[in-house]
This record gives sequence, C-alpha cells and structure tokens, in this order.
Amino acid sequence: MKEEIQIVLAGFGGQGVLFAGKVIAYAGLIEEREVSWLPSYGPEMRGGTANCSVTLSDRTIGSPLVVEPDVLIALNQPSYDRFIDAVKPGGIVIADTAMVTSMRERDDVQIIGIPATTMAEEAGLKGLANIILLGKLYGMTEFCDRDTLDAAIDKCVPARKAALADKNKEAIKLGMEA
Amino acid sequence: MCAHVPRCGHYGGEVEDMAEKVLMKGNEALAESAMRAGCRFFFGYPITPQTELAAYMAKRMPYVGGTYLQAESEIAAINMVYGAAAAGARVMTSSSSPGVSLKSEGISYMAGADLPGLIINVQRGGPGLGGIQPSQSDYWQATRAMGHGDFHCIVFAPSTVQEMCDLAYGAFDIADKYRNPVMILADGMLGQMMEPVELPKMIDPKTLPEKDWATTGHGDKREHNVINSLYLTADHLEKLNQARFEKYARVEAEEQRSESYLCDDADIIVVAFGASSRVARSAVNTAREQGIKVGLFRPITLWPFPKVALEETCSHAKAYLSVEMNMGQMIDDVKLVVAGRAPVEFYGRTGGVIPTPNEVLTKIKEMQASLIGKAGE
Repeated sequence: MKEEIQIVLAGFGGQGVLFAGKVIAYAGLIEEREVSWLPSYGPEMRGGTANCSVTLSDRTIGSPLVVEPDVLIALNQPSYDRFIDAVKPGGIVIADTAMVTSMRERDDVQIIGIPATTMAEEAGLKGLANIILLGKLYGMTEFCDRDTLDAAIDKCVPARKAALADKNKEAIKLGMEA
Repeated sequence: MCAHVPRCGHYGGEVEDMAEKVLMKGNEALAESAMRAGCRFFFGYPITPQTELAAYMAKRMPYVGGTYLQAESEIAAINMVYGAAAAGARVMTSSSSPGVSLKSEGISYMAGADLPGLIINVQRGGPGLGGIQPSQSDYWQATRAMGHGDFHCIVFAPSTVQEMCDLAYGAFDIADKYRNPVMILADGMLGQMMEPVELPKMIDPKTLPEKDWATTGHGDKREHNVINSLYLTADHLEKLNQARFEKYARVEAEEQRSESYLCDDADIIVVAFGASSRVARSAVNTAREQGIKVGLFRPITLWPFPKVALEETCSHAKAYLSVEMNMGQMIDDVKLVVAGRAPVEFYGRTGGVIPTPNEVLTKIKEMQASLIGKAGE
C-alpha cells in the first residue's frame, strides 16, 4: 500500500462522485489512516465537473485540495478534459467510456477505459457506474483490505437502504473483474 | 427532551455517545460539538458556504431540547444571541463573510454589555457579496474591528475538522470565563470538507456553573441585574472600557495558542492559519525533503495573536513568510512581532482561490536563494 494516495473523482452532479469518494475515505478511516475528502461546491458544480478530492495517507495531510492526483476517475467528458493533464506522471486514469468518448492520450500515465454506465445498466445496477469504476480502481491499487471496502460501503449506505449496500458490493466485484 | 436520537447528517451511525471516529463535514462537526458543549440556542440565517451548520442545528437541536430559530435577518439573529446570552444561556450564531458584517453591530453591543456567545464565520471571498469559494479575507475584521468601539473578540482559527470540533467545544468556556464574545474564523474549505472526527462528551447545560450576573429573574431575593451597553457619562464609559482592557490583558497573557511545526532549526518560518496552513504544511514538507530548513508556525488564536511563541523563533529565524488566502492581512501581526529583525514576505491568493503547495514552495525556494545570496556577500 502506498504511503499516500491522492484521488480526484469527477463527473456530472448525480453520478455519485461525492459518494464514491466518501466510500474511499471511510475505507481509510476504518484502517485508521489519515483521511480527507473535499468536495467542489457552488457554481463550480455547474458546467459538468462536480468533483471531490480524496487523500488517504500515513502522515498528517496538508492541503486537502488535490492538485496533482495519483488517480483520476472521470465519469464524463468535461471532467476528463479538465483533469487529464493534472494527473501525476506514473498515475492512473480510469474513465467511463460510455460517457467519455474522446480520450486524449498521455504517454506517462496509465489510462484505462471501461463502459461503466453500460455495464451497470446491463447488470441491473443502474446508477452504480461510480462504484464499478471504484471497483476497477480497487482491483488496480488495493488501496485497502478487501473486507474494509465492503465495510466502508456499509458505513456509507443508510441502514434503511440495506439492499442498496448489496448492490454496491456487486458493483465493486463487477468493476474488479472488468 | 426526546429520548430517541435519530440519525443525523448524511453519514451513518448514531450521533449520540459515539466512541469511534466518524467522517463529518467541518460545518457539521462544529455544530454537533457546540451542542455537546451545552449550547441549546442557535439563531442564524442561511448563507453559503456555512449553511450545513445551520441545517444540522435545525435537525438536531429539537432532539437535545434546544431551540433552533432561523431569523429574518443576520441582524435579528445576533440580537437574539444577545438576548439569550443576557439570560445566561450558551448561545451561538453562524454565518459567512457578508452575513458577519451585518452582525457586527450586535457583536459590538455584546462586547459593550460583556456578554459571552459564539459567532462562527465560515469565510468566503469578498468584499461585498464577493464569491462563495473559501477565503481568509476577514482577518482584519475579526482581529481589528469586529464592530465599532474599543473592544476585541477572542478569535480562534481551526485548521482541521477535528479542530473545528475541539475549538467549538472549548469556546463557550472561554466566552463565559471572560464574559466576551468568541469567534471561530473558519472558511469554506474547512466547512465543506470531511475528515475523521472524535466527538466530545455531551454536557448537560443544567450542570454548568450559574451566572450570577445574568438576567434570570431576581424573585425579590437579590438586586436586579442589568445588561446594557449604553453609558452616557463619558467618565463612566471610560472606566468601563479601561476595565475591559484589563480583562483583554489577562486574555493576552493566558490564552495565546499556536502550533510550531519543524520551527526549532528553521531558517525560514512560514506563518499561516486555517486552510492556508494546510497548504503551507504540504509545501514545508516538500521543502524539507529538498534540504531547505523551513518550519510552519500556525496561530490557533488570531486574537490574542500568539506573540510569545512567535517571538521565540526570532532568535534563529532569518526570514518569515506569511501565507494567506487574502491580499496580506495577518502579515501585519507577524511584522509587529518580528519588528524589523528579519524580512517578512507574503504569498497569498484571493477572491476564493486556494493557493497550491507548489506556489508556496516556489516562494520558499526564492527566499532560500536570497538567503544564500546574502550569506555569500
């Protein structure tokens, strides 16, 4: 596990980027790491790039605003275009290719595309493209223990919507296998 | 009082008596903590980026037997705070920059009537309506002129969600101890972000010490108490102001707080508070990795400014850098302490722009190069 991982998740409002970020943050919290989660707010949300910065670290976190992410999860075209150049060399970009159709390339980062929105619809997991992408990220980086990730989902999904927790866990698996 | 405590906020888990850490927004953690400190009255008016604080209070306050009231304006809200404080209650209001300006009249009245209370400013960019992104441009207002007249607010500047919680919890004790309004000067970043937080124990306000000065009804058993800020005789008002400044001298002696990070051997000391101190910390860490002897001095109280601790660094520091999310305000206080013994430089972004660690690092490197140049002369 890396000493520190900085992640930007970005997409349209309603695609669940803040929620997916919160699952990552809770995973860090459960493993007693230093954690920060910072959302965009206000007019920044308009124009298609609702985003959040998440940092998991083994030392005190400085700026919670992630400027050069190790990981970018992009759920739409404007987000991909806005953040692709900011990703640290050697970093990872995971894009939902059902939404991001034009993926500008970079030689120094690993760019992965999976059609998460389509996969979600076909698997009866509509609205969980965010978590499928999170599953893909987990498969690539194992930023926490596997059990921790499910526990983090349980923390983030309200108890009265327990069925939704199972669907989220299914979406994680789907993403890991993609 | 309702025995059943519902889920609150948008995080999981019961709010009551949580032993484990939870993820909360700074705005929510501050609200929960204030209630746990025995605050049972909240008067406010919505404004971004502070609104979650009021919304949280609206949801939670009924379950702890308290009162949440959305006033018709910020001016009404601060005067309700005045009233509840006069009656001896632990009371607070919260707003963001333009709304805090509206409250300034009432804050001055509270200071003039020696009333304790907590005022939260989750700052956004100004002047005027400005913007809604994070800013620290109300430093001068908070520390110099939070209203008309000779007075000070005691001002705390948190830099983490845990500190939002801890400072709110302690603020009421400080306000009561000195019978003075206390301000927590946060910003949009701290208000909106989530970090793990450990919440303190719930205090039953009934167990708090009685305030013998409060207007609680004398029942013909004592002289009646008067809460007032109008004194038409100049000599009388002068004596009251002088007495209040004796109190401020005690506050300056007893309440200065700060954090020093890697300052002991530092040639360059970065001074930053709140959100900008987070950015500065990242820059300091990277600069240290590159062999530059730099430290971070973080004021936790803005008034009183932690002069004593900053003074200690003057014996060895060769240069200072004030990093702020404004055009340069706290730098005045840094210069007053350094008093010409070393250069004091500034780096800041304004209007709601958050500086990046790299920008601060670049400035540190420039200063380091200049120090080496001077040493070589």
